[in-house]
Amino acid sequence: MIKKRFILNFPPDSGDKPLSYHLVRDYDIRINILKAEVFPGKRGSLLLELQGTAANLEKGIAYLTSHDVEVEPLEKRIRFQEEKCIDCGNCVAVCFAGALTMTAPDWKLHFDKSQCVVCELCVPACPLHLFDINFQ
Amino acid sequence: MMVKSYEEINAKLRSGKAVVLTAAEVAEMGRTATPAEIVEKVDVVTTATFGAMCSSGAIINFGHADPPIRMEKIRINGVPVYEGLAAVDGYIGATACDPDHPEYGGAHVIQDLLEGKTLELEAWGKGTDCYPRKHIKTTISLDTVNEVYLFNPRNAYQNYNVAINTTKRLIHTYMGTLLPGLRNATYSTSGELSPLLNDPEMRTIGIGTRILLGGARGYVVWPGTQYNTSKPVNTHGIPVGNARTIAVIGNLKEMSPDFLQAAYIDKYGTTLFMGIAIPIPVLDEDIARRVTIRDDQIETAILDYGSPGTPRLGQTTYAQLRSGHITVEGKKVRTAPVASLAKARQLADLLRQQLLAGTFEITRPVEMFPAQASLRSLKETETEEQP
Repeated sequence: MIKKRFILNFPPDSGDKPLSYHLVRDYDIRINILKAEVFPGKRGSLLLELQGTAANLEKGIAYLTSHDVEVEPLEKRIRFQEEKCIDCGNCVAVCFAGALTMTAPDWKLHFDKSQCVVCELCVPACPLHLFDINFQ
Repeated sequence: MMVKSYEEINAKLRSGKAVVLTAAEVAEMGRTATPAEIVEKVDVVTTATFGAMCSSGAIINFGHADPPIRMEKIRINGVPVYEGLAAVDGYIGATACDPDHPEYGGAHVIQDLLEGKTLELEAWGKGTDCYPRKHIKTTISLDTVNEVYLFNPRNAYQNYNVAINTTKRLIHTYMGTLLPGLRNATYSTSGELSPLLNDPEMRTIGIGTRILLGGARGYVVWPGTQYNTSKPVNTHGIPVGNARTIAVIGNLKEMSPDFLQAAYIDKYGTTLFMGIAIPIPVLDEDIARRVTIRDDQIETAILDYGSPGTPRLGQTTYAQLRSGHITVEGKKVRTAPVASLAKARQLADLLRQQLLAGTFEITRPVEMFPAQASLRSLKETETEEQP
């Protein structure tokens, strides 16, 4: 079993299909919806955590793609200019999900993208604007 | 009781026999060694901080053009520069900005200059007999200006409060973004490594003290604005909350972009992260005891930045803040710094290297700071007219 987060972008006319139902029933994938933005007739974006066997995840994602849903691993949608980071901690302060941490002994910023829930609070909180997250 | 002079310590630095530790190292040493032993073994302790210091800025002399202009309004990359200093002198403050472009401010101009970038200078004057020109638009860089030096009126605050938000809305402050309902708390100083916390009564830091400012040689020139000796102290002699400050000067042309960073704090404005390192000579047992101060002995006040008058909700130690959470009003609250300890450590190490190499000597202050100083608030003597 593996667990991985993906961002799904739905085309304007796909809002009426029960895609997540099929992921659960046909591919035995456990889904956890972490963030959803649905604008009927315009677009839809989802942050999903998918849990299942590697083979089933692959099939499930192929199923979504065959229905014109864009599926990308979360980490590919997050850009962080690490080399410019000054380790101030402003982003850690807002990261309630625990993806951004800074602790002893080195007090350097550590970013575990797999914990990100795309709240996007770090984007404006970083005084150097080093984060860019593409959810849509 | 052993007492050492500045001259003795400098002689040891020159001969390569001096022992220099960082404040964090001497804090550990202090767990087992007595102050008497520390005076004997350690000559200088290096302290440092790297944090947002809004009261910073640069004095620039642009040089005269031909024909010359008396610059009475000045913009660099659109950012207003204070023009009320002779013809071609200006002062650019870290927080200055064009209100239409609030994310690029004086701090960014200073950083761009330091990084060798070319910036646009535009200035206007009314035209006089000796300065006939009325307008100039040109470019400048670090190499084209005569002088550019930082003069920061208030840096390196001795301690600072913890910021928290009890309200139901998310707020944006210079202490970072504070989540509603006590869900995070932020703190700022480098604690046991912080310069003014290692010499809490300023026995070795005063006018003329040589320091590292932005990684280059700089000087303490005056008490910083809002210099305050009247804050209550804890049992270890540490003021609980923001107290003393320093005004500093240093040549921007010699600084390093590693230790100076422009920033934009969301919905607040621009500011400048400054790196400052200060050597503290271990002259006697009293100073030896002071420099062994540890994070668990440094306390600071927790203030609610969401409520008018920033009411005090309690106090805590830096050891607790560094543990990742504090308890406020019975609730466990996650903590995060808004100043870089990693950078401060780099600076403390850099200063140690320079001291050990004999390229940086310690200085006895020309004059000490006032023993007593408190703050006045701004009174409103006239009521505003009602529309």
